[in-house]
Amino acid sequence: MTTEARYSLYHPKWYRHPVSVWWWLSSWRFTKFVLRELTSVPVAIFSLLTLWQVRSLANGPEAYARFEAWMSTPLAIALNLLIFVAVLFHAQTWFHLAPKAMEVRLSGKRVPDLLIIVSNYIGWLVVSAVVAWLWLGR
Amino acid sequence: MADTITVSVSRYRPEQESEPTFQDYDVPLRDDWAILDALNHIKDAVDGSLSYRWSCRMGVCGSCGMMVNGEPTLTCAAFLSKYAPGPVRVEPLRYFPIVRDLVVDITSFMTKLKKVKPWIVREDEKPLSEGEYRQSPDELDTYKRYSMCINCLLCYSACPVIGLEPSFIGPAATALAQRYNLDSRDQGAAERLSILSQDDGMWQCTFVGECSEVCPKDVDPAGAIQRYKLTGAANWFKTMLPWASK
Repeated sequence: MTTEARYSLYHPKWYRHPVSVWWWLSSWRFTKFVLRELTSVPVAIFSLLTLWQVRSLANGPEAYARFEAWMSTPLAIALNLLIFVAVLFHAQTWFHLAPKAMEVRLSGKRVPDLLIIVSNYIGWLVVSAVVAWLWLGR
Repeated sequence: MADTITVSVSRYRPEQESEPTFQDYDVPLRDDWAILDALNHIKDAVDGSLSYRWSCRMGVCGSCGMMVNGEPTLTCAAFLSKYAPGPVRVEPLRYFPIVRDLVVDITSFMTKLKKVKPWIVREDEKPLSEGEYRQSPDELDTYKRYSMCINCLLCYSACPVIGLEPSFIGPAATALAQRYNLDSRDQGAAERLSILSQDDGMWQCTFVGECSEVCPKDVDPAGAIQRYKLTGAANWFKTMLPWASK
């Protein structure tokens, strides 16, 4: 041991690793988590777009035509594509996390995780089918 | 297969260096050796100055958790051959202050654990003459998973929230709170909920889910926290109802 000890016997000199701001790039699982959290931004943008759509609808045919014209610009299409991908990713990741947040018990036995995930997907398909039927059946 | 493997061990000797450095050791690559056996070999035959914690060698005591190639790992339960041809990087558990080499200070966890009252809380004790508190297999099954925790702290090293917000009560402490909440003999759920609903409690969790991935006992702390959030939210909602007792 050197005599230049910078610690005293009863107070060990602890070392703390600093946490980098780029910690979420250190593993794909962390990156995926941050991406999942970031999908909330496109979801929020989509909500704003929907509010704008409802407002345009309330303001009459001219306002709605302006809304539709903007929605068919390349920028709006690109934005909607981004939102679509983000929402798919968001839904998929949360469906797979759902069994962790809810423990369903039927007659004392735990319902298997896979069943909860699959029922989420089935619910999604049913809602999508109803929306598609309403839209295409016009 | 090569007959040796390089183990790159993080060394921190506060009297010599101001930050951790790596030291490489070549150890025999034996099929029946875990990382912990390699460390024991180094300590016994190569370099007696290496410091690390271990005890049972069979995944029960929870002392030998370390970062192996950057992953929180129970070193007695990870075979060396899995990391061949190497090198294997062994570091102390992440986010804890390093005392020396692979030894970390876990005081923060001990304080958090005590906060959640991880014991059976009774408001009314039965007299001894009435016998024991009986429990059915189904009642045992509701909390058994959480009772498997060995306090190895791998979940704390897996949790980025712990790194960013060291005061967060963390995965194992919440899972252990849940272990007692779900116990049919316990009456302390309300007390624990008020502790875990505070700023440093369960709401700090952003559901990264890594704690459950690294858990060697399949405790699923991430699940425990999310379910606890559900309980907390439901309880808050009940207090908001007009006929709720304030």
